[in-house]
Amino acid sequence: MYTLPSKLKLFAIIFMVIGALGMGIGFITAPSTTEEVKEMMAAHGDGHGGGHETTHESENASHDVAAGAHEGTHGETAHDNEDAHYEHTLHQMQNRPWSALYIASFFFFMIALGTLAFYAIQYAAQAGWSPVLFRVMEGITAYLPVASVIIFVLLLLSVFHVNHIFHWMDTDLVNPDSPKYDSIIAGKSGYLNGPFFLIRAAIFLIGWNLYRYFSRRNSLADDTAEDSRYFKKNFKMSAGFLVFFIVTESMMSWDWIMSFDPHWFSTLFGWYVFAGMMVCAITVIAMVTIVLKSQGYLEYVNDSHIHDLAKFMFGFSIFWTYLWFSQFMLIWYSNIPEEVTYFVTRIEDYKLPFFGMLAMNFIFPVLLLMNSDYKRVNWFVVMTGIVILLGHYIDVFNMVMPATVGTSWFIGIPEIGSLLFFFGLFVLVVFTALTKAPLLAKHNPFVKESKHFHY
Amino acid sequence: MASRMIHAIYNDDDILMQAVKQTREARYHIEEVYTPFPVHGLDKVMGLAPTRIAITSFMYGLVGLSVAIVMMNFIMIKDWPQDIGGKPSFSYIENMPAFVPIMFELTVFFAAHLMVITFYMRSKLWPFKKAENPDVRTTDDHFLMAVDAGHEDVEKLSKFLYDTGALEISLIENDEDH
Repeated sequence: MYTLPSKLKLFAIIFMVIGALGMGIGFITAPSTTEEVKEMMAAHGDGHGGGHETTHESENASHDVAAGAHEGTHGETAHDNEDAHYEHTLHQMQNRPWSALYIASFFFFMIALGTLAFYAIQYAAQAGWSPVLFRVMEGITAYLPVASVIIFVLLLLSVFHVNHIFHWMDTDLVNPDSPKYDSIIAGKSGYLNGPFFLIRAAIFLIGWNLYRYFSRRNSLADDTAEDSRYFKKNFKMSAGFLVFFIVTESMMSWDWIMSFDPHWFSTLFGWYVFAGMMVCAITVIAMVTIVLKSQGYLEYVNDSHIHDLAKFMFGFSIFWTYLWFSQFMLIWYSNIPEEVTYFVTRIEDYKLPFFGMLAMNFIFPVLLLMNSDYKRVNWFVVMTGIVILLGHYIDVFNMVMPATVGTSWFIGIPEIGSLLFFFGLFVLVVFTALTKAPLLAKHNPFVKESKHFHY
Repeated sequence: MASRMIHAIYNDDDILMQAVKQTREARYHIEEVYTPFPVHGLDKVMGLAPTRIAITSFMYGLVGLSVAIVMMNFIMIKDWPQDIGGKPSFSYIENMPAFVPIMFELTVFFAAHLMVITFYMRSKLWPFKKAENPDVRTTDDHFLMAVDAGHEDVEKLSKFLYDTGALEISLIENDEDH
């Protein structure tokens, strides 16, 4: 049995407190009137002296591009005068702490969900190498119920207009009599409307959590079982879950990520989000395994298990890049205005995060994890894992931020605060869950093979 | 140069592995082992150096990538930068996404084919090569371990190999020049 080190608990709680403070500062410092925005921008201008005028000009220019591309979204006259511009910036700045919160909570949510999918794949494929890691995976998926509640609350707050990060939730957009009427969004309102959005979210979350609950229960019951009854149940259930998962995951990514840009759509988006999710999940499985192993808890885990996980990290990093490039290149190549704005805004306003994450998520893992020997060196896997995780945080950042805060982005206190808070919560929940059951699923039919797994 | 060799034949890969282990522990020199299929872990037991073919493949891949980049930079950007369907051919980086499929394929092409050719050259394999098979049964269901008997007591070595479980032991005298 694993016992939670009190230092780790303290460590997690410190992270949560600092993170909560950061988030609080983010919400307090967000401007509430256009006057405050003017003051903030004036202060910014003083600081930069003469440079202000030119940056302001170029900002306006890029806004015009965005506005032109979004057509009715911001109204045709939105940028005609200064006040409208300040109001636009105000909305962006007000969205920033909410977006930062949403991104961080989604990021850790997707780690838990990806781990659950990976766990189901291991059961369905009857993998012989991984059963010694099942309890580690179950520990990580213990974060799923917590994350589901947080995500659902955030979606509820959005639907009830507490924040405005989902643009399409503005009821004026679908009202033909309103000056803000947007025929494109109105045309999608059969799918994108508050109640249906929440019902879908509830179905996804309940479905995933049910699988997580029953598979964990069967896995624990299997430890004392006389036969393979519970293993067979889990096998069948995981096959069913994977079918449910791939449909709901795809829809989830349309709902929770793609709908930030309601004028834009991409068919392989669900796969793209899935690939990022799997990379993060496998990386976290490897890192938690290495931590537990280094503390002497996982007797039967050897270098070969780490090697296999590192191969998965390597493979899924390339798979992610393949999907990223397939999405980018097809849109770049055909250059259809209604699709290409997505990448135009990202390349113009998010150049460093957009291309930086490509280096972090592709070039870095490819070069470092290509060598077979390096995949067995624990600190190498951990170092690469940290870069991969940060890279995928920025990936989610790039998917959400351009639509909600536009050019007013920065990775500052609200973003880092949210990240720290959810990191602390994740560590606390996961490592507490690991103490609840023995770290070896001892009756699993494949566990003996897994103990002697050697590559 | 005359050479003497003892060929010991086994019919089970587990016994062969044990025999190889014992022979090496007894400090006899194993010239070669012939098996009908890859025996997992045999190279480790024999103490063979790990292959470096993956490293060559990586370098060939870099060559392929360079070829693709230099080729398309010359053709599409330097030599005749035509406007084809509005694609920006002002600099390589601007039009790079369109070149990536070719960069990828040429990397794989060079890495794969040159690695295979390297393998053939290092293993000395070619279409009209004379087979170096000491006993036809080793391609079907027998395993053969060739032990150098040049400076060994043949009687003692034969007895030792018999004890490792060999079915047949034969002394090969070879007077040909190698």
